[in-house]
Amino acid sequence: MRPALHAEWTKLRTVPAPAWLVLAAAVATVALGALASRAVTCEPGCGLDATKISLTGLQLGQAVVAVLAVLAVGDEYRTGMIRTTLTAVPARSTLLAAKAAVVAGAVLAAGALGVGGAIVAGRLILPGQGFADLPATDGATLRAAVGSVLYLVLIALLSLGVATLVRDAATAVGTVLGLLYLLPVLLMVISDPDWQRRLRQLTPTEAGQAISHTVGVDTLPIGPWPGLGILALWALAALLAGATLLHHRDA
Amino acid sequence: MTDGFPALLRAELTKLRTVPGWVVAGAVAAALIVGFALLTGAGAGQSRGGPPPRDADGTPVVDRFTFVHQPLPADGAVTVRVASLTAPDGPEPWAKAGLVVKAGTSPGAAYAAVMVTGAHGVRMQHDFVNDVAGPASARWLRLARAGDAVTASASTDGATWSTVGTTRLAGPAEIGLFVATPPHEKFDQFLGGTSATGRPVLATAVFDGLTATGVPTGGWKTLAVGVADDPHALVGDAAWAGDTVTVSGAGDIAPAVEDGPGLEQTLVGGFVALTVMVILGVLFVTTEYRRGMLRTSLVASPRRGRVLAAKSVVIAAVTFAGGLVATAVALLVGKGIMGDAVHPVSGPTQVRMVVGTAALLAVAAVFGVAVGTILRRGAGAVAAVVVLTTLPYILSVAAVLPVVSAQWVLRVTPAAAFAVQQTVREYPQVNAAYTPAFGFFPLPPWGGFAVLCAWTGAALAVAAVLLRRRDA
Repeated sequence: MRPALHAEWTKLRTVPAPAWLVLAAAVATVALGALASRAVTCEPGCGLDATKISLTGLQLGQAVVAVLAVLAVGDEYRTGMIRTTLTAVPARSTLLAAKAAVVAGAVLAAGALGVGGAIVAGRLILPGQGFADLPATDGATLRAAVGSVLYLVLIALLSLGVATLVRDAATAVGTVLGLLYLLPVLLMVISDPDWQRRLRQLTPTEAGQAISHTVGVDTLPIGPWPGLGILALWALAALLAGATLLHHRDA
Repeated sequence: MTDGFPALLRAELTKLRTVPGWVVAGAVAAALIVGFALLTGAGAGQSRGGPPPRDADGTPVVDRFTFVHQPLPADGAVTVRVASLTAPDGPEPWAKAGLVVKAGTSPGAAYAAVMVTGAHGVRMQHDFVNDVAGPASARWLRLARAGDAVTASASTDGATWSTVGTTRLAGPAEIGLFVATPPHEKFDQFLGGTSATGRPVLATAVFDGLTATGVPTGGWKTLAVGVADDPHALVGDAAWAGDTVTVSGAGDIAPAVEDGPGLEQTLVGGFVALTVMVILGVLFVTTEYRRGMLRTSLVASPRRGRVLAAKSVVIAAVTFAGGLVATAVALLVGKGIMGDAVHPVSGPTQVRMVVGTAALLAVAAVFGVAVGTILRRGAGAVAAVVVLTTLPYILSVAAVLPVVSAQWVLRVTPAAAFAVQQTVREYPQVNAAYTPAFGFFPLPPWGGFAVLCAWTGAALAVAAVLLRRRDA
């Protein structure tokens, strides 16, 4: 496992794209969060969730993170490098695990930068928009921040699994972004509120982003940590499916 | 080999239709458009109360006010001064007090009215959707009918009169004073929710100097029009003191803006199809880069701009044709299922929705081709087009952003093109939730579409330059 990890880390480190994507994910998360914070105003007692507003950028950051994760596999299929890699590391599950670990590490860095920056930006901007008495940190905000970093990591692992499944970077990005962006909109057309709630508990974005709420958590379709758990199940399922096909297909 | 453009088109069409995955994706997109129409149509009819009153054209209306009236069999005129118009927390901007002549007292009947408003001066309004501004400071109002011509006039001193507007209202009618005020409401949306905070209000107007001709001498009767449909309605009254009458009232005489589901809900599948089509547009180019096929294409047709043009024309034509059929079927099926529940939409608007959605899909696919040519790499290009077209729509229409930012997003991003699906008109004289979450776009339908075309045109220009300058 260690040589595989080392090899994957070298590949990630020595190509310019991943470093730029890590930076882009962080910048996108902070920038959209700052814009959303600038756009909102709060009259006393408006009950808006300052932390959630600061973290609006997750919606954009997750797309960049998905590209980063997809390219870790997709680029190897594009260039044919995957055959060399599999010659060097014939244990295919080990290879996928190493890739997952390296991608998770990179996204952890991107997420920590982006989410941390977004929270700080929100705390700087929002008091000027009428949010009085924002605590510097509180338990719920800390949970939302840590959870949102994990959210991005899980999105990356889900993307990695999908990329291993479909083997084509463009198709994989399309599939992942469709899953992330289309499902919530499509659920809006379901008129039965019970069914809508049930399905919202199961979609990766709706369930996973429960973690970024700090106000009205009780009214969400699913709690913060169980929601993140649902996303983790999606990621695990994608990785397992990817691993199975990686075993049984020619590269 | 000849370098004729028709041959090039044929070559690109062959590429497009012989990749099974793309054909399947296109077919799935078309099926989704129709499938979601079935789904929304089936759900739409359930969550509705009683039907609202409709005017002679079938437009749903709000028609609820306090009416101090007498019959007007033929010609006649009423003149009055609105001494004051008040409400507990100040009058609403569109609180109304004045004169109305109406073809009967049932809600939805044709009318013509001249009124003093809370903040919009004197207006003449007739038949619910028509609104004409009069002098801002006038307080004397006159409504006169000769034959079937109704003339509304206003005056600041009761001596010199100016005509505000004219219209026609034939047959026996009721004429008199009216007071109505919409509720005090504020609308916003944020983070997946929409909010309408407000409360019903009763406005009070004091009238004096009332004179009437052409009416029987039976005296004035007071009626709360339209309250039967709404058990929670505030009901106004009238009280006489000498020749001064104080009238209170709630409600409005206006088109109903938020009445039932909009027909555009049947086209929600178009949003899914859009995502599929921009991705297909990207893949149409990047797959050639990936396989090195592009070098073959450029050897066959060395004039590179024409390759880009041929790809754009082929994918646009195919998408438009497929989109047209799918959205037309979706609209007809959805409308059939929704039946009376849906807010009525005129024929030309329905044609605009169908043609506009098909054109939106076609231009978006070309946008995908252009971005794919610029970036050459599928993953980045797919992410870019999805983030530019799909994400703004989610942020604004699914109410993640507050109204002001959502409206900006729908002015400047390609998602502005969804304005072609807008069905309900914005009436300046009605305070309502004109927000993206309720299907109101900040740009007019084809204006929004033009934003997408501008993005696509710019991307195509950049793509053409880069394709010529770079090695393939």
